[in-house]
Amino acid sequence: MLQLYATPLRSRLLLGTARYPSPAVLTEAVRASRAEVVTVALRRESSGERAGQGFWSIIRELGVRVLPNTAGCHSVKEAVTTAHMAREVFGTPWIKLEVIGEDDTLQPDVFGLTEAARVLCAEGFEVFPYTTEDLVVAERLLAAGCRVLMPWGAPIGSGRGLNNLFGLRALRAHFPDVPLIIDAGIGVPSHAAHALELGFDAVLINTAVAQARDPAQMAAAFAQAVEAGWAARLAGPIEPRDLAAPSTPVIGTAFRG
Amino acid sequence: MKILVNGAWRETSATELSPVLEELGYGDSVVTTAVNGEFVAVGVRPRTRLAEGDRVEVLAPMQGG
Repeated sequence: MLQLYATPLRSRLLLGTARYPSPAVLTEAVRASRAEVVTVALRRESSGERAGQGFWSIIRELGVRVLPNTAGCHSVKEAVTTAHMAREVFGTPWIKLEVIGEDDTLQPDVFGLTEAARVLCAEGFEVFPYTTEDLVVAERLLAAGCRVLMPWGAPIGSGRGLNNLFGLRALRAHFPDVPLIIDAGIGVPSHAAHALELGFDAVLINTAVAQARDPAQMAAAFAQAVEAGWAARLAGPIEPRDLAAPSTPVIGTAFRG
Repeated sequence: MKILVNGAWRETSATELSPVLEELGYGDSVVTTAVNGEFVAVGVRPRTRLAEGDRVEVLAPMQGG
């Protein structure tokens, strides 16, 4: 069973809660995904609209665990302050740490990320850093106290899948015992299945479900893909090869010799 | 005095953060606060004095990826 900071989870699919056409569709999609963890954020609350209050009651009714993020933070200071605020509101030490370094690709600022991770881990946070597939950065994040890593598959919302297979395979091989969650860039269920087949422990999906024509149906499709990918991983996939290998035995073939 | 709340100027007669939040209509809301970029925990709000021009952030749970 997947364990994230000593929390056992049956589902290897984590779901984002943003960009759904309506709160009702969000609720349907979360249920269809069978996800036990959903990501949430903090935003400015208007005392007139009170949009956050309605959203929070929907999430509480779903009975899922929340993973608050620091999305939109561009500095260590912003991310650390946001983490403190999230811990108070959501009542969890979990924090999906994002420090954005570049606006077109939403690539993490890995220097700020490692510094913010060091500060937050020392304060008792259980940090889920949104990072790249860079091995040295991963090493620094683990040294800072992170026990889970969230490498990107491709830029957030791009739907491009696993952009750097070589780098992601290397990361998996280098840290065989660290839970690795592919976060960002997954577009279709086959991308998610591939991630699990490669040995990644889980995937976090948002846009691919929320912006699908039928988010609940897509959430169910992702749930099946993640289960299939993990089952395939456990079953031991064959290695690709360049030349054909006949699957039907050659010995005893008729009309030869 | 005038303070900046979530990026908009607001006039308030109170001086501590808790009554300011009440006055602005956040009384029973699930919110978390920061003043001038520093987190202010819920227990510290009653004794957090605000000054003219302070920047107050009032944040609540929201959809996120």
